[in-house]
Amino acid sequence: MSKASPSLLVHGYEVVIGFETHTQLATRSKIFSRAATAFGAEPNTQASAVDLALPGTLPVMNREAVACAIRLGLAVGAHIAERSVFARKNYFYPDLPKGYQISQYEIPVVQGGAVSFYLGDEKKTVRLVRAHLEEDAGKSLHEDFIGQSGIDLNRAGTPLLEIVTEPDIRSSAEAVAYAKELHKIVTWIGICDGNMQEGSFRCDANVSVRKPGAPLGTRREIKNLNSFKFMQQAIDYEVRWQIEQIEDGHAIEQATVLFDPDTGETRAMRTKEDAADYRYFPDPDLPPLVVSRDWVAEVKAAMPELPRAMAERFVQQYALPEYDATTLTQSPAMAAYFEAAAQASGQAKMASNWVMGEVSRRLNNEEKGIADVPVSAAQLAALLQRIADGTVSNNAAKQVMDALWTGEGAEVDAVIETKGLKQVSDSGAIEKIIDEVMAANADMVAQFRAGKDKAFNALVGQAMKASKGKANPQQVNELLRQKLG
Amino acid sequence: MSAPDLHQMGVAELAQAIADKKTSSTEATRHLLARAKQHEALGAYLAVNEEVSLAQARAADARIAAGERTPLLGVPIAHKDIFVTRDFPTTAGSKMLAGYRSPFDATVVARLGQQGAVTLGKLNCDEFAMGSGNDNSAFGPARNPWDPARVPGGSSGGSAAVVAARLAPAVTGTDTGGSIRQPAGFCGVTGIKPTYGRCSRYGMVAFASSLDQAGPMARSAADCATLLTAMAGPDIDRDSTSLDHPAEDYGRLLGTAWGEGRDGASAAQPLKGLRIGIPEEWMNWADDAPTTDQRVSGDVTLQVSGALKQLEALGASLRRIRLPRTEMSIPAYYIIAPAEASSNLSRYDGVKFGHRAAKYDDLLDMYKKSRSEAFGAEVQRRIMIGTYVLSHGYYDAYYLKAQQIRRLIAQDFRAAFAECDLIAGPVAPTVAWKIGELADDPVAAYLADIYTLPASLAGLPCMSVPAGLGATSGLPVGLQLVGDYLKEAELLQVAHALQQATDWHTHAPAGY
Repeated sequence: MSKASPSLLVHGYEVVIGFETHTQLATRSKIFSRAATAFGAEPNTQASAVDLALPGTLPVMNREAVACAIRLGLAVGAHIAERSVFARKNYFYPDLPKGYQISQYEIPVVQGGAVSFYLGDEKKTVRLVRAHLEEDAGKSLHEDFIGQSGIDLNRAGTPLLEIVTEPDIRSSAEAVAYAKELHKIVTWIGICDGNMQEGSFRCDANVSVRKPGAPLGTRREIKNLNSFKFMQQAIDYEVRWQIEQIEDGHAIEQATVLFDPDTGETRAMRTKEDAADYRYFPDPDLPPLVVSRDWVAEVKAAMPELPRAMAERFVQQYALPEYDATTLTQSPAMAAYFEAAAQASGQAKMASNWVMGEVSRRLNNEEKGIADVPVSAAQLAALLQRIADGTVSNNAAKQVMDALWTGEGAEVDAVIETKGLKQVSDSGAIEKIIDEVMAANADMVAQFRAGKDKAFNALVGQAMKASKGKANPQQVNELLRQKLG
Repeated sequence: MSAPDLHQMGVAELAQAIADKKTSSTEATRHLLARAKQHEALGAYLAVNEEVSLAQARAADARIAAGERTPLLGVPIAHKDIFVTRDFPTTAGSKMLAGYRSPFDATVVARLGQQGAVTLGKLNCDEFAMGSGNDNSAFGPARNPWDPARVPGGSSGGSAAVVAARLAPAVTGTDTGGSIRQPAGFCGVTGIKPTYGRCSRYGMVAFASSLDQAGPMARSAADCATLLTAMAGPDIDRDSTSLDHPAEDYGRLLGTAWGEGRDGASAAQPLKGLRIGIPEEWMNWADDAPTTDQRVSGDVTLQVSGALKQLEALGASLRRIRLPRTEMSIPAYYIIAPAEASSNLSRYDGVKFGHRAAKYDDLLDMYKKSRSEAFGAEVQRRIMIGTYVLSHGYYDAYYLKAQQIRRLIAQDFRAAFAECDLIAGPVAPTVAWKIGELADDPVAAYLADIYTLPASLAGLPCMSVPAGLGATSGLPVGLQLVGDYLKEAELLQVAHALQQATDWHTHAPAGY
């Protein structure tokens, strides 16, 4: 990814982006205490003595959080450190109860690895530097307290895995594709609920620009990008702003910036001069984190097939296009639904079309997820088989689907029967219809014979209409062509 | 049983008398609380609560009436005010925590309570355990019962004073760089700091996490063993640095022959076969004329030498060993401990608990005022030192270097224990100094920690045993014993043998 593709240049500048993503781990309790981690509880009701940093309290590592880090490490092909170290990042802030954050600094638990994804037809790979465990801070509430701030420590001590990339990303589109792929991975392996609105998946983008071949430019860090839409807008704005600055002869100053969705602009929160000295040192309350090879093997044994591997398998096994494979592996539930329907019907491509098309469309209309799909994979497979063997046309199949979806019918053949959707494949009956259509539309026949190909389709349409949509369109085509011969 | 006898009893005697119903826990508690009040001028107690203590005593009496027996059942003790307690306020000797009440008991406090010990109250100490004279307490100094013009030592000064003055048969203390051993030495009582990790730190107000360790102080090694057995043990669900070793009976070797008699130990010579190493950096040990550094007082040299000769008479062999980095332990300790402290004390910011300034302009001003008002001079000094040594650009030169020295010091001990079973020497270079004497010279006080710091940095078990009164000063002198990791039972065995052969540990200050 280090070579700039000319097409990606913006006004002659290459965009360089690195990501830091804070994923909130879906553990039941906090990273160093036994308090619960549920979102949205009354302020300060989910903070234990440890989270409040009461005198005499000590942190104890939550092994569930470590297992999450191991899963991520395995999912991105990283090295899982046998020994990693927790450090203290010291700074004062009212929502940081201990006056320091416990975070892995010099030796993180996950080292290296990479995330691959498709941008259009092009496969991209973003290398990871590391992923480290740390605790979240509480929240400062500045509203509703006139002249004062409220502190909610429910979130304090919530486990986070911060995933850091190399500066391998070259455009806002790539950035969003990377973030979506990472989001898919962490939700797929079950370590994060992926809820961006609640802050479970927060991205910081380090953005700089440079002339191709020049050394890295000075970066500005856009903090807390909590939607894919804002991510793209924020990076695009930031890139434009930086290029303008440089073109106007200004140097970029290292800074942390926030994106304001209302104005569509980024603005600096603090510059490097304000950067705190965090006085990192190994936390003497926590011995080094030791992850045995046995533990890694245990976690590995329980790992699901990963989305990228599954997509590649779908391409191989079901001869699907890459696009289909990627789309179907958005979630484990959707992939499983597709695969069950494909196997039961023996019609993989058709199953893919239906899952991505009819099924997804209906789910979207009803704002439902695949988990709530009312038509089982077995029902879909039965329907696909009826399309394949010519019992119903594709259009009639959609009507069958309607009945299955609403629960009007449950059994595919019964629905076809009841609704009279069976396709007419009796050539005698079809010939009769064609003869009648040709007789009634002599002008069209004449037009076709005079070389107007369009008239053929009109005749097919008439024949289908006359059969009330039941005639096998393929047969109609063939017989009509013979007769017009 | 007449009341005056009660406070003269040690833990074992008092537990027996209560079990035999010659007295009751309630009677003993009432008596000792009255005695604490009578000797308030010592400044030893920061908090008492008669109602709470008597309720605990009545509960213990009920357990005895129900036939239960434990070595501590009904025995009144007191806790250094570094341990958080539900039923008493916890201040850590600081204005910062004045009036603070913990919602939970420290593990050590809870375990002693489960064994039936009754809490008399909370004991004075240097602010956040930072000091060696108990004169850094925000609530005034604790005084040495041997001479009220002198310090009891620190930081567990109130603890040592209470035991010496017979206000309680035993107490808890904490030791980061000598805070159990040095006050025990200054007050003529016995105290042990176990191997780092033996006692849970959960509920100990943190000073320097990698060094802090709880331990008991009492009038005999045997009583210390009883308390330590109750206090220690794994607590891995609450303290990640807690050692995951099964509970031990630390008194199991008391009165037995060294090495189970393999080397010919007998009743007359119970320590035969024991090899005691005398670090030449601590004291120059030659057969007839033991000498020490000129900084070490004559009283200390003489009394420690006398105690060593006594151990020799009990069969031990004495040999010179080397601990070449002894002096380096001072700068190493005074970098590591303040570094950890500067971070540990960041939680006292006026936001959630503890002191908050009454008036401030903004958030930063609130931090500054709250902390400046509530932290004493020594605490502020150490926070500044610690902040400095962890700062960007200084970390490698100070903190990292100090950690390297710390490892070398531990290696020195490892090498030394290849040649001996136990290390002995002075606890401190001098006897107790006058209150205020070192107030303007913190470095002089730091230097006086030279003999206690090495074992702290190495995390080794170590103790202070009374070695008699100095001929010149008339004040107690302590003998320090340092054992290899997890050798608390052996340390207590040797201290007990010495106490069986001498009466130094039974001396009481005049008037007590």
